[in-house]
Amino acid sequence: MSNEKKRHVIPGEVIVSGQYRAEQNTVLDGDKVLATVIGLSDVHDGSVRVIPLTGGYYPKDDDLVVGKIVSHSAMSWEVNINSCYAGMLPATDVFGRDFSSHSDDLSAKLSNGDLIVARIVNADKTRDPLLTISGRELGKIDSGELVEFSPSKVPRLIGKRGSMIQMIEGATGAQIIIGQNGMLVVSCDDPNGLLKAIKAIELVEEKAHVANLTDQVNEMLELKSE
Amino acid sequence: MGGRDTDIVLLDENGIRSDGRKVNETRKVSIKAGVLKNANGSAYIEFGENKILVGVYGPRDVHPKHMSDTDTGILRCRYHMSPFSVGERKNPAPSRREVEISKVIKEALEPALMLKQFPRTAVDVFMEILQADGGTRCAALTGASVALADAGIPMRDLVAGCAAGKAADAIILDVNNEEDQAGQADLPIGYMPNLEKITLLQLDGILTPDEYKQCIELGIDGCKQVYEIQKKALQEKYFTNGGTD
Repeated sequence: MSNEKKRHVIPGEVIVSGQYRAEQNTVLDGDKVLATVIGLSDVHDGSVRVIPLTGGYYPKDDDLVVGKIVSHSAMSWEVNINSCYAGMLPATDVFGRDFSSHSDDLSAKLSNGDLIVARIVNADKTRDPLLTISGRELGKIDSGELVEFSPSKVPRLIGKRGSMIQMIEGATGAQIIIGQNGMLVVSCDDPNGLLKAIKAIELVEEKAHVANLTDQVNEMLELKSE
Repeated sequence: MGGRDTDIVLLDENGIRSDGRKVNETRKVSIKAGVLKNANGSAYIEFGENKILVGVYGPRDVHPKHMSDTDTGILRCRYHMSPFSVGERKNPAPSRREVEISKVIKEALEPALMLKQFPRTAVDVFMEILQADGGTRCAALTGASVALADAGIPMRDLVAGCAAGKAADAIILDVNNEEDQAGQADLPIGYMPNLEKITLLQLDGILTPDEYKQCIELGIDGCKQVYEIQKKALQEKYFTNGGTD
């Protein structure tokens, strides 16, 4: 089956008709595949999907997210993960299995307003998504600049096999933590590098639908470094 | 309704209506998507002399909590006319008519939305009529569907709204205020053009079966014209250079 060029689509628009699998953000109507969101259509090996250009973040299993602690109960923290569902971080994840709600104080480890990098363990939508911060590169974030980004444009910021983000990091010397939920943490020893990295991220946000975006960002980064 | 006697000539001998349109012509429609910064999705629509602002929030937490549904997301709509939207000041409290229109618009949008993907959440649609001139429910429905698409809520299709009706014994498209007041029938239609399905159908007045069929056909034709403008509004916001803001 042929691989069509990416097209701009709006909800209800017919992408292809015939024997295709309807994947992300598409719906089957007879033998027609319709888009359900505004975005770019992608037909590949008989499957059809739409890369969205708008919309919020919907938690998926194994997603890496950046979250902010909102509050805590006796057994868990509530984390804002920039979604319609609040993340749940159980106390046992931090204190271990011998956690006791009598002797351990949750606010001693993570207090309101703290930022964390977490992974989603379970997002079945029957209850709030479960988070974990035990793992490599997960846990509390001590320093950096929080940047809010459109969740639908995160794949664009990462680029093909991480090309876009590697380019930005390479040119500015900044370390960027990308949460799939659109929350980013940028840290850099050089303040100019930090500002430049944020500028580059803003450019990606603004021009996510443009085809040769990598070149444009590269151009901007080189211009600034002169 | 029922053909009240007025001085207005609804249809002259050349088949031209009181505002200069032909019988099968809609008013001028223009839509702009994404006009509000604080809402997740928004649209501003001018449908002839109607001016409507629509804001969409969600999916988000449901308050009050007892309204939430564990199987699906819920849709809540509020159609509201500003006190200055009509000639005489309108009391801003929701009237019986506004409550009804909110309900029918909600039911007209629901078939298009895929809320099963977001259980325990709500999508809120606020439609504010800034200026009214007949056919506000169709215009509000049209604008709401653009705002929902702008918010990125998954939809099977856009819903376009347009009314057909009967005035001076002729079947007309897109009934304006005078034709609504002095005409014989008004038939608002909500339509999903790609799925070819009707989601809103009301009738105020009397039509023969033949006239009814003609009205439906003409109304659907009007909806298709409106749909092209909805499509253009979304393409303008997301795909023209300069792009999303």
